[in-house]
Amino acid sequence: MDLGLSPEQREIQGLAREFAQAEIDPHAAAWDRECRFPAELFRKLGEVGLMGICVPEELGGAGAGFVAYVLALEELSRADAGVGVTVAVHTSAATLPIVAFGSAGQRERFVPPLARGETIGAFALTESDAGSDAASLRTRAARQDDGSWRIDGAKQWITNGGAAGTFILFARSDPQQPGARGISAFLLDAAHVRVDRHTEKLGLNSSSTVDVVLDGAEVPGDRLLHAEGRGFEVAMATLDGGRIGIAAQAVGIARAAYEVASAYALERRQFGQRIADFQAIQWKLADMATEIDAARLLVLRAAWRREQGLSHTVEGAQAKLFASEMARRQTAEAIQVLGGYGYTKEFPVERYYRDAKITEIYEGTSEIQRLVIARELLGLRERSPA
Amino acid sequence: MSDNRRPGVPDGLDSLIMKIAVCVKQVPEATGQRKIDPSSKRLDRSGEGALNQYDVNAVEEALRIKEANGDQGEVVLISLGPESALDAMRKGLAMGADRAVLVSDAAAAGSDLVATSYALAQALARESADLILFGQQSNDSDGALLWAAVADRLKLPVISQAAELTIAGGKARAKRQTEFGYDVVEATLPAVVAVSDAINEPRYPSLKGIMGAKKKPQDILSLADIGAETGRAGEAGSRTEVLTLNAPPSRGSSQKIEDDGSAAEQILAFLVERKLV
Repeated sequence: MDLGLSPEQREIQGLAREFAQAEIDPHAAAWDRECRFPAELFRKLGEVGLMGICVPEELGGAGAGFVAYVLALEELSRADAGVGVTVAVHTSAATLPIVAFGSAGQRERFVPPLARGETIGAFALTESDAGSDAASLRTRAARQDDGSWRIDGAKQWITNGGAAGTFILFARSDPQQPGARGISAFLLDAAHVRVDRHTEKLGLNSSSTVDVVLDGAEVPGDRLLHAEGRGFEVAMATLDGGRIGIAAQAVGIARAAYEVASAYALERRQFGQRIADFQAIQWKLADMATEIDAARLLVLRAAWRREQGLSHTVEGAQAKLFASEMARRQTAEAIQVLGGYGYTKEFPVERYYRDAKITEIYEGTSEIQRLVIARELLGLRERSPA
Repeated sequence: MSDNRRPGVPDGLDSLIMKIAVCVKQVPEATGQRKIDPSSKRLDRSGEGALNQYDVNAVEEALRIKEANGDQGEVVLISLGPESALDAMRKGLAMGADRAVLVSDAAAAGSDLVATSYALAQALARESADLILFGQQSNDSDGALLWAAVADRLKLPVISQAAELTIAGGKARAKRQTEFGYDVVEATLPAVVAVSDAINEPRYPSLKGIMGAKKKPQDILSLADIGAETGRAGEAGSRTEVLTLNAPPSRGSSQKIEDDGSAAEQILAFLVERKLV
């Protein structure tokens, strides 16, 4: 057994850390307050290669593995969880599915600009009435006589939607087939969608979350990703890997909270001593550090399995379930360590608390993760789509 | 130092195919707590290592000179240290340096300034570089003298505290940062230049650079490989001996003033109490 990182993995982690400290840390509070998507940051991330970490070299990526990718995601999310989710969705929900399911022509056309960070990617699955039950989506893709598609519908809470140049969008291509079997995946440009509304959120304020509308978008026939009627496979495979990235994001947020809380505990004096000298605070910090480590190990195991080409559905779901609930719990504890200061905007821990909550919801809620884990472990068949 | 001109290359083109050697050092990661090993009286280097920050400026400057010359020539990293120092040197390779030469030998451990300068000069003599760059100082032991000792051994001109460096017509011209302003100094190549951290804003190594670094030549040489006499390196070759090494005294209790509008008065009161104003 070897729990060590390779020199390249350590260096990529170091680069992401150094980059985050210099380019993100100083601005994260302002981006949160102003709800500002830092578009210029992603160009810089692209220049150093952090927008295509685990994308093959021949498609413009760095050709590093999925482990290096989650290590970098933890570092970026430690500085700003909104930046973390932007990179996570861009990479594992938009770029990698094209690498995995795209035709040679689609890969060569769409992947290199995404991997270099020149184009930002988005993943459009969720609708107002199709969340955890994604297979009930109603956006409609109708094939035209010339082989192109006409797409009508609306998508909700699309991360990166306000900045993306490439969307993977899921629509029902066969109205006779309800549920998963009638769904196809399409590669869309920004011009195909209309951004309807920027969503106001509890946290992740530096990320872009929008509703998009498709008003009879005319999409060429060569934009169908994977086979017709097999889009749901693309969505499920994407979420399998995407969960691991969100778990890494949660670890990053919790680590940020721990770092602030432990530094504060060593400085803050009450009753004539540092609060870190009180056992009550020591235990909190010990629990935080232990749970963060446990979550990170689950993340690394899932990422390693994915990198090795092994199954990672259960491992990814476990990592995401544990890491996200841990992050929500421990960011709350960090506020408790800081007391009244922690509740104010003068310290970043209230931001970490707000940012942590979403990790229990998106890319599959905790309830869905438990369902995925239980079904796999108990050998229960997935309920056939309605 | 041997004649470093390439055969068949006219004088005027020397600068176009410059070979630049950058002397670098692995230092303990700045974020870690520095510890002293009481038995060896040396800094405990067992933790994570990093490339000395001033040396990162030197690597950046070397890369810029090479890029300004149409990306011709070569940037070679040279270091003396344990084999683990290659980890730090790889950062320089990831930034864009072409190869790394590490002198690593048990007999070189514990080298002081004199012994280190000897080993580095031996390694540099094999390279015949047109320009030898150093970071102004290391941020672990803060010697800030090695470049001078190496230049002396190689009998080369030396410019220190370079905050700006131009290479043209076979000469290095540097703006030297001093307490009173700037000096502009020129030296004929080959020369040794120690750069200050004001000289540039180093680039991040790219992921492609990191992934490609392991394919670049990385040589580990023994003292014998560089023609060095073992008695002149390491502790045997050192002329100074560290008697004691102590951690800095703790800063004692500090007082933190939160500004509620009376901060200035509180600071003044503090200074008056100590008769400092």
